[in-house]
Amino acid sequence: MVDVLIIGAGVTGSAIARELARTERSVLVLERELDVCEGTSKANSGIVHAGHDAKPGSMKARMNVMGSRMMPALSRELDFPFENNTSLVIGMSAEDRETLEELLEQGRKNGVADLSIISGQEARRLEPNLSENVTCALRCGTGGIVDPFLLNIALAENANVNGVRFEFGRAVTDIKRERGGFVVKCADGSLYEAKFVVNAAGVYADKFHNMVSAHKLHITPRRGEYLLMDRKTQGFVRATIFQCPTKMGKGVLVTPTCHGNLLIGPTAEDIDDKEATATTAKGLAEVLAKAGLSAEHIPARQVITSFCGLRAHEDGGDFILGECADCPGFFDAAGIESPGLTSAPAIGVYMAELIQEKDRRPEKKNFTAKRKGIPCMATASPEERRRLVAENPLYANVVCRCELVTEGEILDAIHRPLGAKTLDGIKRRVRAGMGRCQAGFCTPKQMDILARELGTDIGAIVKSGPEARILEGYTKEDDPVGEIAFGMKNRTDTEAQ
Amino acid sequence: MADRTAKIVIIGGGPAGLSAASSAVKEGVDPSDVLILERDHVLGGILNQCIHNGFGLHTFHEELTGPEYAERFEKIVKEERIPCLLDTIVVNIEIEKGAEAAASPDGTGIDACKAGSGNDGAALSAACGRKLVSAMNKTDGYFTIEAETVILAMGCRERPRGALNIPGYRPAGIYTAGTAQRFVNIEGRMPGHRVVILGSGDIGLIMARRMTLEGAKVEVVAELMPYSGGLKRNIVQCLDDFGIPLKLSHTVVDIRGKERVEAVTIAQVGPDRKPVPGTEETYECDTLLLSCGLIPENELSGQLGVKLSGVTSGPVVNESLETSVPGVFACGNVLHVHDLVDYVSEEAAQAGKCAAKLVLGKCPAPDAPERVIPVLAKDGVRYTVPAEIRLNHMDELQTIRFRVGGVYKGASVVIDFDDQIFRSQKKKILAPGEMEQVILKKSDLEHAADLKAVTIRVAQAE
Repeated sequence: MVDVLIIGAGVTGSAIARELARTERSVLVLERELDVCEGTSKANSGIVHAGHDAKPGSMKARMNVMGSRMMPALSRELDFPFENNTSLVIGMSAEDRETLEELLEQGRKNGVADLSIISGQEARRLEPNLSENVTCALRCGTGGIVDPFLLNIALAENANVNGVRFEFGRAVTDIKRERGGFVVKCADGSLYEAKFVVNAAGVYADKFHNMVSAHKLHITPRRGEYLLMDRKTQGFVRATIFQCPTKMGKGVLVTPTCHGNLLIGPTAEDIDDKEATATTAKGLAEVLAKAGLSAEHIPARQVITSFCGLRAHEDGGDFILGECADCPGFFDAAGIESPGLTSAPAIGVYMAELIQEKDRRPEKKNFTAKRKGIPCMATASPEERRRLVAENPLYANVVCRCELVTEGEILDAIHRPLGAKTLDGIKRRVRAGMGRCQAGFCTPKQMDILARELGTDIGAIVKSGPEARILEGYTKEDDPVGEIAFGMKNRTDTEAQ
Repeated sequence: MADRTAKIVIIGGGPAGLSAASSAVKEGVDPSDVLILERDHVLGGILNQCIHNGFGLHTFHEELTGPEYAERFEKIVKEERIPCLLDTIVVNIEIEKGAEAAASPDGTGIDACKAGSGNDGAALSAACGRKLVSAMNKTDGYFTIEAETVILAMGCRERPRGALNIPGYRPAGIYTAGTAQRFVNIEGRMPGHRVVILGSGDIGLIMARRMTLEGAKVEVVAELMPYSGGLKRNIVQCLDDFGIPLKLSHTVVDIRGKERVEAVTIAQVGPDRKPVPGTEETYECDTLLLSCGLIPENELSGQLGVKLSGVTSGPVVNESLETSVPGVFACGNVLHVHDLVDYVSEEAAQAGKCAAKLVLGKCPAPDAPERVIPVLAKDGVRYTVPAEIRLNHMDELQTIRFRVGGVYKGASVVIDFDDQIFRSQKKKILAPGEMEQVILKKSDLEHAADLKAVTIRVAQAE
């Protein structure tokens, strides 16, 4: 029996795991996918919100402000990209101006520092591409951007290094209270016993909560579609540009990413299907149209990819953090929608404290708070490049030309704690395939490396999930016997027998 | 500062780079003064995976496969002992500090090098600003090469799904045609067995046939435009001969399958290229191949400050195929996307020759009077390569290459000297998928003493 079993290795689950790792207890994270950061954590705006949006006194407000304050130091400690790029909420009318005043007041109540309202002219001086229609803006000096993948990965890696066990491909199907603890059953038949369960299951958090509680939760997946542009657009905006929330909705944002891309989105559409991460023609058109209201000449021709994420919107509208009232030992971290990414480090601390209060354990003496990230040849100076290459020549062997990712970095991604096992896993760790050709050139090279390092055949390499095979069998010439042609039989299987 | 030097650094060892290198040597440059940098572990570029035939009809008057065609040029490079660095990626190119003022990226050609004196090659190219090419590989690590001239021959890449704004899921099973071609022809693996192809570019057409020959079922080729972007011969030989339907004015409107492609929905598009509701057809399949255009890979050129054309996405060049940065030449698909490799070789040979002339001091004295005649594209002609001709640098014959923006039957390609028709040539068909060319004579331009501009245009049949 483990002390704490966490469902979900997204950013919330990973943050909680890392905080729990500070104390002497056994922690297990179950994740249904093959890697961390596979749900909402991988498809969001990557924004560190200042904290003026949430209602004062709400959990969202508390966690947001605390998370935003933690982020700069945490980014240094865990070595993930974070940039304090500031943000602007833009207004285009007298009515918007009033809303901005309210946001300013709300932000101050929430304890957000460095907020001010500036004129449209001043806003355009800061951001020359802003629309001529902008008449005022709320400037937030603490606004920032973060690499959402690496935040999640860094938290999980560091938790793992400090003793937290992660098991992948474990889709939880049943949770039962038994003998003062819980028995958790997975789709593959595996069974786990735990003293406490932490529910950090994103859009599925209601499902798990409702297995053990009479006080039902209801989470609506709220679809958000995005467009990502080439790094050539770097500098189009420097700050994150939010639209003024109106009765018509929250609007879309225009923001740089930590890596110099331009990101626009998201839409907000409530749907029923918790798996519906498909983009839609309507949604993508809406993103472009709405972003065009904020900034003139959005470089739409520079789009390199689009994606879609599902926010876990709980009916109550706030984060649900804490022990379930009618199921002691079952802790929820549910309804984690925006500003969930910003809040994750704070949620980790908060949830770990709750568990510590319930079951106090001594601090772990050998806890290692620091994590060193993978070197990045793309951003290294010529001197650093020379040094890294002297250290390991594979840092000079470029695999992904668009993002300048080398074999050395890919090997690091594969062999680190909780290393990459899929193409998407490599992509999120070192950005191979994330550039303008979208892995057209480097997919075969990455597959060769991954197969070699994992001791498997390239036919077994997947993009993300177990069924996401890149290849389906052999050509005729490479399959002279004929029995493994047409995907009817896989050569690796034949050889294994 | 630099770890090594070269007179001519060629970036890319594909068909363009190889032809440029052999041509430079033929012009008299010592082979050891040339350096080819190639990112792959072999020379030949994308030709290595083009195992179909049809290459070399113009150059060698015989039908070769891609690897055979590449081998002809590799042989010359090997025989001449032209140095090549394989598995080597160029990270950056910049003009040596202090020389930027002389090499203003605004002036096209070496007219910006007039600070150089005399007819001495070294002085001339030095005045253009030496180029510092930073590159790396496993063996030599990170290093910088000081070059007198650089020939850009990086080729192009395929437009990916993301850039096409195709909605739907993002499963495995969606590949550009070139990636699939590599899987099949180099790795001997199948990317899938039931295939829908979007885009009728040549690689897509070739892959429709290739996948069929390997036992896959190609359900349909959908093309957004009302005409194909590929060569007519490929439509006949790769689709018609195998009974594969080509649906013009169609696009993909949905991709189903969370992990691996399960179905693709296509729909007809109207004149605005927007899908027409109610025309959707869904094909169950495991693979979607994309052949939706090639994009010259000019990220390095951009860093260097080379002026790029909004039409071709390649550098704007003069008659010597020299870019707006003096001493930097471009050829092949990095300059503009070609239909036939024969033309790539021919064009690259010109770039290699002109780079050679510059480093050998064979160019006209930079202070000599010169006439620069712009070459303009009009009425259906999308662009021209080159975009200007300096008369005193011009060879006896100058090839002007271009593409048209639509399908024209029975139209004429017209060359105007200012507002006078100079020559008109009737064409049975002009199509965007096929590159066109006209050839200008130096004597004709010289005789037209007041000529301000040459315009290439399409005159439609009455």
